[in-house]
Amino acid sequence: MESLEKEEVRKNQGAQELERREITLSTLRQAVLNGLDSSIKTDQFLLNMGPQHPSTHGVLRVLLDLDGERIKKAVPDLGYLHRGTEKIAEYRTYNQIIPLTDRLDYVSAMANNYAFVRAVEKLLQLKVPERAEFIRTIVAEMQRIINHLFWLGTQALDIGAMSVFFYTFREREVLLDLFEKICGARLTTNYYRVGGVEGDLNQDVIDALYKFVDTFEPHILEYNTLLENNRIWLARTKHIAVITGEDAINFGLSGPTLRGSGVDYDLRKYEPYGAYDLVNWSVPLGQNGDIYDRYWIRIEEMRQSSSIIRQCLDKLPEGPFMTDDHKVSFPPKGRVMHNMETLIHHFLLVVEGFKTPPGDTYCGTETPKGELGFYIVSDGSGKPYRMKIRAPSFVNMGAFDFMARGYMIADIVTIFGTYDIVMGECDR
Amino acid sequence: MHPVAESLRRKFPETVIGSREALGDLTIYLRELGATDVFRALHDDEEFRYDYIVDVTSVDYPMDAERFEVVYIFYSIPRRHRIIVKIRVPESHPVVDSIVSIWRGAEFMEREVYDMMGIQFRGHPDLRRILMPDDYDEGYPLRKDFPLVGKGWRDDFSFVPKYHENLPPLPEGRA
Repeated sequence: MESLEKEEVRKNQGAQELERREITLSTLRQAVLNGLDSSIKTDQFLLNMGPQHPSTHGVLRVLLDLDGERIKKAVPDLGYLHRGTEKIAEYRTYNQIIPLTDRLDYVSAMANNYAFVRAVEKLLQLKVPERAEFIRTIVAEMQRIINHLFWLGTQALDIGAMSVFFYTFREREVLLDLFEKICGARLTTNYYRVGGVEGDLNQDVIDALYKFVDTFEPHILEYNTLLENNRIWLARTKHIAVITGEDAINFGLSGPTLRGSGVDYDLRKYEPYGAYDLVNWSVPLGQNGDIYDRYWIRIEEMRQSSSIIRQCLDKLPEGPFMTDDHKVSFPPKGRVMHNMETLIHHFLLVVEGFKTPPGDTYCGTETPKGELGFYIVSDGSGKPYRMKIRAPSFVNMGAFDFMARGYMIADIVTIFGTYDIVMGECDR
Repeated sequence: MHPVAESLRRKFPETVIGSREALGDLTIYLRELGATDVFRALHDDEEFRYDYIVDVTSVDYPMDAERFEVVYIFYSIPRRHRIIVKIRVPESHPVVDSIVSIWRGAEFMEREVYDMMGIQFRGHPDLRRILMPDDYDEGYPLRKDFPLVGKGWRDDFSFVPKYHENLPPLPEGRA
């Protein structure tokens, strides 16, 4: 009996205490708000951010016009990583350009290779063997997972959640090791060829991939438990850098940045290539067009990618992994040593490269960052007359000022991150 | 002829000077004068609805009378169709109208074309160099008469070897 009474008294005291605190808080808040009107003076000033800044993922300079902590205008200054890839490409044969594309977006080199060889194949009207198409799709989706894992780790790191980085890089490492087995390199892969791929997938890699996709779903849940209910993550991503679908289309955004605003635009579905029309998968779409939705889309895309990889592995047909049109692809080394004709083909391919018919074409590919397009003008020689790279990071950067206006200075870092920007691709 | 090309020709007989279908792409050739009306129609008209801007780029043909070709690529998300539009301009007056007021994404793309090829865009809100330094005045890098090794400050650096001067003597017996 006595204890119950004591309990009652304690509860009452607790309630009173809470009420007292509430009142103090509200008066404090009121005081701060009043103070803002009169005593605290804000001032406009220009702030230079970068080009050396850890969160810009490269070298990007932004001139911020600030009103207190609010961004009034953000002018990106690009070009610190401009290497003249388009100019160099005019002096290289098509096969020599493939390693240049690795260096564009060094986080997802395979996807760039794919975009380039597809454009050349469109120019040549070349048919690729079925097994090659499947291998290309598998490797491109592996690259998408790697890219999104990298993005998730660094985006969380920028916001201050360090541990996600360690988890995502653990899985990324597994896939990079597989890349090393497939083509001998981890980052600058140079694996795709016009007419197929450079090497076959062997059984070891296929087994390891099966094992990876089997265990990947629980790993995604792991990342989600770290972030999904994390109050800081939610506060820093929800309702930040909002862009409507209409504006996003008008700015030419692509990839998760566009789909986060609910626009159904994915070239893998619209203009199917590779084996994308032979497997079941869906395009995740956002609703609010904020950073959180774009995060959610990338998580969902990783799930879809892993499902695409599994289906492609199930259906992987037998056959050659490279076209047998030896005007384009190298003849087998064994025959080169014994056959004059073959030796001539080999020699000409190395010295002059294969010739493309005169004309021009544009071919866009859905890379992890968005639509990477190659516009190639050919004059009939072995080198492109003009090659324009439509880089998703560059076009997305065009909307940066629009999306950053009105947000706080601390949000700048998350807004960079949400584009998944890589300056090597942006400046080319 | 492609229905889009046909309809454009009927609506703008003065400006549309040709069309071509190759490799699955539809290309429209325009005259510079009055091109803005065509672009506005491509964006707004219900039968075209090219709402998504893919790219603006340029090609240099130094031997031609109208040296530069400005290439626009648009995509229609509702109709799922891509179109390439080309305008030729001469070297003496390399100016076209800006389309930033129709597709805002064109702002950076037009700046890049100006930076790389030296084509001016009339009515562009902020036409500055974008990839090259702001004060670079050695020309436009993607023109065909610009050397691959580059031009500019690099030539003044004493530690950069000058490949065409002071070549080391060849060994004995080599031509």
